[in-house]
Amino acid sequence: MRIGVLALQGAFQEHVQMLQRLGVAAVEVRLPADLEGLDGLIIPGGESTTIGKLATTFGLIEPLRQFAQQKPVWGTCAGMIFLARQIGRDQPLLGVMDIVVERNAFGRQVDSFEVDLDVPALSANGSQPEPYPAVFIRAPRLVEARDGVAVLARLADGTAVAAQQGHWLATSFHPELTGDPRFHAYFVRMVAGA
Amino acid sequence: MDNGHKENGQRELGSVKVKRGLAQMLKGGVIMDVVTPQQAIIAEEAGACAVMALERVPADIRVQGGVARMSDPGLIREIMAAVSIPVMAKCRIGHFVEAQILQAIGVDYIDESEVLTPADEAHHVYKHAFKVPFVCGCRNLGEALRRIGEGAAMIRTKGEAGTGDVVEAVRHARSVLGEIRRVQQMPDEELMSYAKEIGAPFELVLETKALGRLPVVNFAAGGIATPADAALMMQIGVDGVFVGSGIFKSGDPARRAKAIVEATTHYNNPEILAKVSENLGEPMVGISVSSLPASEQLATRGW
Repeated sequence: MRIGVLALQGAFQEHVQMLQRLGVAAVEVRLPADLEGLDGLIIPGGESTTIGKLATTFGLIEPLRQFAQQKPVWGTCAGMIFLARQIGRDQPLLGVMDIVVERNAFGRQVDSFEVDLDVPALSANGSQPEPYPAVFIRAPRLVEARDGVAVLARLADGTAVAAQQGHWLATSFHPELTGDPRFHAYFVRMVAGA
Repeated sequence: MDNGHKENGQRELGSVKVKRGLAQMLKGGVIMDVVTPQQAIIAEEAGACAVMALERVPADIRVQGGVARMSDPGLIREIMAAVSIPVMAKCRIGHFVEAQILQAIGVDYIDESEVLTPADEAHHVYKHAFKVPFVCGCRNLGEALRRIGEGAAMIRTKGEAGTGDVVEAVRHARSVLGEIRRVQQMPDEELMSYAKEIGAPFELVLETKALGRLPVVNFAAGGIATPADAALMMQIGVDGVFVGSGIFKSGDPARRAKAIVEATTHYNNPEILAKVSENLGEPMVGISVSSLPASEQLATRGW
């Protein structure tokens, strides 16, 4: 199994290290040709405007859309924004996942936070899993999830922060910044099952 | 599937992880100095991952002289309102009240910067006391680890700001990265006297050895003026670059800004570097650092 990590800007190295920890070959993707032979793709956190502009300039938007039609893709933070169909402002998006996302929905950096999150989907054997240590940095939130999109986690106030639609996964927070590999293992299982 | 929410934990704000984490999101990117909301929009449009809001870029501080202080909070707010990317602002070394003001405005990062006139010639700000993360300059590993010890969540090598001469940025990055390689080779019994020699907190020397890198993100700054300069710093091994005077003191800022962003992503691809370096117009004029008297070298500020 080979999983790509979009390496235009942001915390791509952290995802690469997490995948390697799980024994999965990780490939940095900067140009369309880098997508060749990959079984899945992670779009990391970073600045979504920067990632969108670089993806446009280097002809990645269409190849990424085509890749996403066939293979599992996971977006964290900026990556979730990039996957969304609509974000209420004009910037380049893949627009594949049927979600509406609001950027910087919790405020500026002073409002960034850590919180323990219940994510029932992470359960390996049907029992209630340990809370997941989620890191939110100038994070987006899910405003709307259409039919076919399952919300995987919510904050205590009900705000949706993780979702899955078929082979697409999106998280507002940054599993790559924690030492907890359960979200990466979940995505690896999605790729293995695809 | 159960989509109902459970009783989740309390939110923890301003933790070390979220402070260092924002810098991790800036990696592989370019942070640009801007002095007006219009420049901030040009920077965002070019793909900057953050902007540094200032009244004067370092090249103008050099020419105009006088005491350089924190920028007008009104200007910083206007720049924050103009763009969706993170906004940083500078306070003087040791001026913790300027830092309090910047935190009250809600800037995303504070740069405790040698580019401004120092307010304290012995002490830096105690940065752990703030919820807003700080970035600080350094010339070597000892200085970097002292700043991290005080709470800096991001480091930038200093270079020599406002010159357009990359030589000091290279010197400082090589110094930090070379000293990290030395630490990795050292047997543990030599680490305490090395920590003493470079004036670094011992625990952070241990952590650096274990990680094989600084415990926080490390950008290059000071004198980067071309796409090739940015790619040079990336290949030497920094996580991203600050470009100060190099963009808005050049002939075609929008074009040069975009080219530097692209060069920072494709720093290992000479064909793309050649393409983005074409027809950029005049670079900033620049001052050779070797012609600067010691009294005008900003990088020596910091203790």
